[in-house]
Amino acid sequence: MSGWRLAHGGLIDRSRPVFFTFDGRRLAGFSGDTVASALLANGVDVVARSIKLGRPRGIVAAGTEEPNALIAVEPGLALRRATEVELVDGLAVRSVSGRAPAPAIDETPSEHVWHHADVVVVGAGAAGLTAAQDAVAAGGRVVLLEGGHAAGPLPDGLVDAADFVFLPRTVAVGRFDSNMIVAHERRRGTPGANTAARDRLWHIRARDVVLATGAVERPLVFADNDRPGIMLAGSVGVYLQRYGVAAGRRAVVFTANDSAYVVARDLQAAGVDVVAIVDTRVRPGPTADAGGIEVLSGHVVAGTTGDEGLASVLIVPRDGDADRASPTVVEADLLAVSGGWDPALRLLAHTGARLRYQPSAGTYGVTEVPPRVRITGLAADVNGGVGAFSTLDPVWLVPAPDGSLDRHFVDLQRDATAADIRRAVDAGMRSPEHVKRFTTIGTGNDQGRTSGTNELGVLAALLGTTLEQLGPTTFRTPLVPIPMRVLGGPYRGELFDPVRTTPIHGSHVAAGALFENVGQWKRAWAYPREGESFDDAVLRECRAVREGVGIMDVSTLGKIDVQGPDAGAFVDRVYTNRFSTLKVGSSRYGLMLRADGMVFDDGTATRLADDHFHLTTTTGGAAAVLDWLEEWLQTEWPDLRVRLTSVTDEWAGVAIAGPKSRELLARLAPNLDVSAEAFPFMTVRNEYLSELPARIFRISFSGELSYEVYVKSWYGRALWDAIAAAGADLDVTPYGTEAMHVLRAEKGYVIVGQETDGTVTAADLGLDWMLSKRKWFIGLGALDRPHLTRPDRRQLVGLLPDDPDLHVPEGSALLPSGGLGTAGNVTSSYRSAALGRTFALGLLAGGRARIGSRVDAQVAGWRVPLDIVEPVLWDPQNERRDG
Amino acid sequence: MSGRRQPLDPHLVERLWRTPAPKPAYDVVVVGAGGHGLSTAYYLAKNHGITNVAVLERGWLGGGNMGRNTTVVRSNYLWDQSAAIYEFSLKLWESLEDELDFDVLLSQRGVVALAHSTHDVREIKRRVSANHANGIDAEWLEPAELKRFVPIINISPEVRYPVLGGSLQRRGGIARHDHVAWGYAHAADRMGVDIIQNCEVTDFLRDGDRITGVQTTRGPIAAGNVALAAAGHTSTLADRLGIRLPIQSHPLQALVSELIEPFLDTVIMSNTVHVYVSQADKGELVMGAGIDAFNSYAQRGSFLIIERMLAAAIELFPIFSQVRVLRTWAGIVDVCPDASPIIGPLPLGNLYVNTGWGTGGFKATPASGWVYAHTIATGQPHELNAPFQLDRFRSGALVDEHGAAGVAH
Ligand SMILES: Cc1cc2nc3c(=O)[nH]c(=O)nc-3n(C[C@H](O)[C@H](O)[C@H](O)COP(=O)(O)OP(=O)(O)OC[C@H]3O[C@@H](n4cnc5c(N)ncnc54)[C@H](O)[C@@H]3O)c2cc1C
Repeated sequence: MSGWRLAHGGLIDRSRPVFFTFDGRRLAGFSGDTVASALLANGVDVVARSIKLGRPRGIVAAGTEEPNALIAVEPGLALRRATEVELVDGLAVRSVSGRAPAPAIDETPSEHVWHHADVVVVGAGAAGLTAAQDAVAAGGRVVLLEGGHAAGPLPDGLVDAADFVFLPRTVAVGRFDSNMIVAHERRRGTPGANTAARDRLWHIRARDVVLATGAVERPLVFADNDRPGIMLAGSVGVYLQRYGVAAGRRAVVFTANDSAYVVARDLQAAGVDVVAIVDTRVRPGPTADAGGIEVLSGHVVAGTTGDEGLASVLIVPRDGDADRASPTVVEADLLAVSGGWDPALRLLAHTGARLRYQPSAGTYGVTEVPPRVRITGLAADVNGGVGAFSTLDPVWLVPAPDGSLDRHFVDLQRDATAADIRRAVDAGMRSPEHVKRFTTIGTGNDQGRTSGTNELGVLAALLGTTLEQLGPTTFRTPLVPIPMRVLGGPYRGELFDPVRTTPIHGSHVAAGALFENVGQWKRAWAYPREGESFDDAVLRECRAVREGVGIMDVSTLGKIDVQGPDAGAFVDRVYTNRFSTLKVGSSRYGLMLRADGMVFDDGTATRLADDHFHLTTTTGGAAAVLDWLEEWLQTEWPDLRVRLTSVTDEWAGVAIAGPKSRELLARLAPNLDVSAEAFPFMTVRNEYLSELPARIFRISFSGELSYEVYVKSWYGRALWDAIAAAGADLDVTPYGTEAMHVLRAEKGYVIVGQETDGTVTAADLGLDWMLSKRKWFIGLGALDRPHLTRPDRRQLVGLLPDDPDLHVPEGSALLPSGGLGTAGNVTSSYRSAALGRTFALGLLAGGRARIGSRVDAQVAGWRVPLDIVEPVLWDPQNERRDG
Repeated sequence: MSGRRQPLDPHLVERLWRTPAPKPAYDVVVVGAGGHGLSTAYYLAKNHGITNVAVLERGWLGGGNMGRNTTVVRSNYLWDQSAAIYEFSLKLWESLEDELDFDVLLSQRGVVALAHSTHDVREIKRRVSANHANGIDAEWLEPAELKRFVPIINISPEVRYPVLGGSLQRRGGIARHDHVAWGYAHAADRMGVDIIQNCEVTDFLRDGDRITGVQTTRGPIAAGNVALAAAGHTSTLADRLGIRLPIQSHPLQALVSELIEPFLDTVIMSNTVHVYVSQADKGELVMGAGIDAFNSYAQRGSFLIIERMLAAAIELFPIFSQVRVLRTWAGIVDVCPDASPIIGPLPLGNLYVNTGWGTGGFKATPASGWVYAHTIATGQPHELNAPFQLDRFRSGALVDEHGAAGVAH
């Protein structure tokens, strides 16, 4: 080919040359060019080889509909379309044959923006500008989006309008329920833009949406319609008008509507030799002014010849006998085609509206527009079948003289032809969706803009049916391909999910703690000392609690404040055991079930006043428990006068555990009588502790004598440090979640989520004593179902390997005596300092009755025998805890 | 797989299925030509000699979840009952191309499930061990081993929820969903099954407590047995008979990228950060997320789910950052309270249901059809679907595959 730059015209700046490389070739263009316009201007006809057949392909279009000219932009090799990439100095691009090289990592953040508008206008062509002006005049917040890069200057009225936002280089990629428009703004190169956020993803909730989105031109399907030099007529016009580029020297125009006549005249005027206008219609339309160019009406292009690029065009009468007609052969290097235009209304289809074939308009469109949406401009004209762009009698398939369909390309990017559609039909396929999947037509990154309608037209022609009968079509977001990093937004690392730390966190860091993620929380896992292994640290921490005193940060426990006259009744319903009789100042361990009777969460409830309870939940369960309680309260028991408040973050808590904890507490709270009689197990006191107002619970999750002290969050670290200081001579030892897990397991205390998995009942855990027989509670109705009372349910047991040093991995299956399958699993497994050996807890079918016998665990493919024992291995009489 | 005929073979002109008009009566009417309906019809004909069968489809065959899923195939389920049926299914997959004489593009490239917390580690190791006990291949990989297996994964401890290891089922992988639907349709059609598209079942014909047929948009059709296989719409059909199924329908979304040169040759899933991904043979990345929390029958979800899924994906695979999303979509999945299916008779004579496969029924397509056909043909559940009866919601014998509640102290 044969493209060349005109001496004048276009919106490019001829005073500013720009240099770039294409597949290593150094080329020049001008500021204002796209890669595609510059390639055309340089006479580059072949821009890629096709993906399956390796055929030479050239530029077809000027916008997002371009199927062929895919490029990878160096250095990151991001895949783009040559028609969309603006030329900048030093740009280096490579051609891509349908499938991109793996792109490099790009960590540039993108921003997500939320916005509200009265009117969003999509498309800043003439109709869009008018719509925006009208909306601004009517008052209200207006946003105007333009996806291309050639929006002209804004009219005066808009430039400084208040409450008006113009977003150039911004494509609306989706329209969602209630008129939410999601749009991708490409900010690189925007003068004055903060390039740190190169991309923005806008989420605009609009009262009204105006679609001034124009129309997309369709090619025509004839033999050898894929040669470089065969282009959409409208795009040929765009290259001429906007970029001052003529796409060839000797042209034929092949059209089924009036719109291409203007292009033919403009080409002629620019100095291109326009040999003929081939019009499929016998009677061209009222606006078909050929300006003296020869018009072959009622004719079609039946084929082309050429080597790499187009050499000649074969023209025959449309209704002639294709076999016998001797075609007129016209030499040409440019064939500008216009098969018709489709209104760009895909945004409507994202939210359920279906585009149907409108026979009166010769295209897919809508007869009814969804509420609060308006279509204007070219999109409206084409949708309504009026104006020069309307093609009332489309030609879907031009037969080849030899009857073949093998080189009638329908989807250039996917290299799919009318012959592929024929094969689908021969296979029995009638649904366009089947044909699409069979042929892959329309699944390329041009989203089938130039192939979708033609596919259906060819299918209808082959089936001998009409497009109306093929039914509506659907389109999916996004409207154009959009990089994952733009959609993913800035939500990386700590922004991916909030990191929650306790007010005491700094002390743990200072003490060299390792942390584990528990839900969103960072919890101190263990505090290994210099040179100490994790396992040794845990053993040391456990020993400290069993023999001396340890402290643990328990601030992360979920805390729910329950207040109101019906608080007692409410708490009775949500826990399996009774709380309404609990005395003020006392606590009780409580269990919650799901409606199906399975254990849901556990914790304690403390009565602070007649109408006031303080509930704790598991760390990970806090939000789910509050949701659950609110759901019952709001949907089932709106009559209860109770209010729930999450106070998890209000309070910081420290557990002081171990035989020396009483002594330590006495030092810290000299006014408190800490004697066993005055401050018994499961009671609470309000007292000043080291001058901090505190709630002190006598409670234990380690099985030792233990307290949990809570202060307002902002005193948390002061509390921790005060306790540590007061206990220095007692060798007070911080312990982490791992030691806590070991200690509670020695004691046979379960962890919801570790010993339970949504299939475990209270009875399975040996907690049936917590199921009140005298009141209703959530889950009660499910408990007498036959399967929940079977003796062979999986029940909690202790498990001891013969070798006291063998650690059975958590999760190991417990095996039936023979055959495939499982009889249970190891839920917890640790080394115990107190027991001087390893031990485990597990759930085992019929486990309770099997205590005293043995079971095999499966460890790395081996059967490891274990003794089945009571789950409580430490202080079964609770003497240490209650003393 | 190689050398066998496949639909994209340019020489294929053999008809895959007929477009028959509905007959007035059939021995069995299957409602829904998704994977499960089609495989049921096939095994009715193949295993039980019942060929006077119609599969009624309101749209186009394979156009429901069958044509929308992300094609992950694996059998490494936790509970013995699930392991048995999914492993049976995987064995059927392994010979499906010969069985159907159709290329379903099964690629056993391995399926990895990632652990991001000590809780995940425990639960995933539990599953691996249970898989071994059920004779199912499973491995635990430490982060460094994972990195060798999937070089593009980010195992940095700086990630918000770092990768602490994962399970691998090497026999797991992906297949081409359309080909599976077409393969079953073709094979069933060859044996005389009528697949009738554009035929929506709108109501049932009944005689007292017995179902005698269906009412459709193309007229009444009498049936000896009616077998529902309508996935997300099963509950609305059962509603017509006053049967409330314990099913919630939710949107489940997925997406594909543009074509890229191959760089990911396994399937990676993470339940904790809600993303899973594979690269199909043509080169597109196929990704899915968790379900949308709301109930819906409209085949679209909320875009936020897509955005959050991609944030998670880029954390794990920074190399995805510039890859472009081409298309997103949603299917309507039918979720049971215990995340396991219901396959068996309903409390009306001659009526059967196969539903509740939720987010994971593609991999079950062969086994589901096999046991459903058995149940319909014999009136009795096959041993593999005996645990998956409706009455388990009354007896409490649930097969809860939701996994652990994700709670930890
Ligand atoms: C996004 C997504 C990703 C998924 N990923 C996976 C995965 O990776 N691995 C996996 O194993 N599973 C996956 N699944 C789940 C899997 O797709 C489904 O469990 C499975 O396809 C359901 O069975 P089906 O194929 O029979 O359903 P469908 O294909 O939905 O079949 C039901 C059919 O019934 C028809 N129908 C409904 N109502 C009527 C009526 N009244 N009359 C006539 N016909 C009717 C529908 O049109 C439909 O064709 C995924 C699902 C989705 C949505």
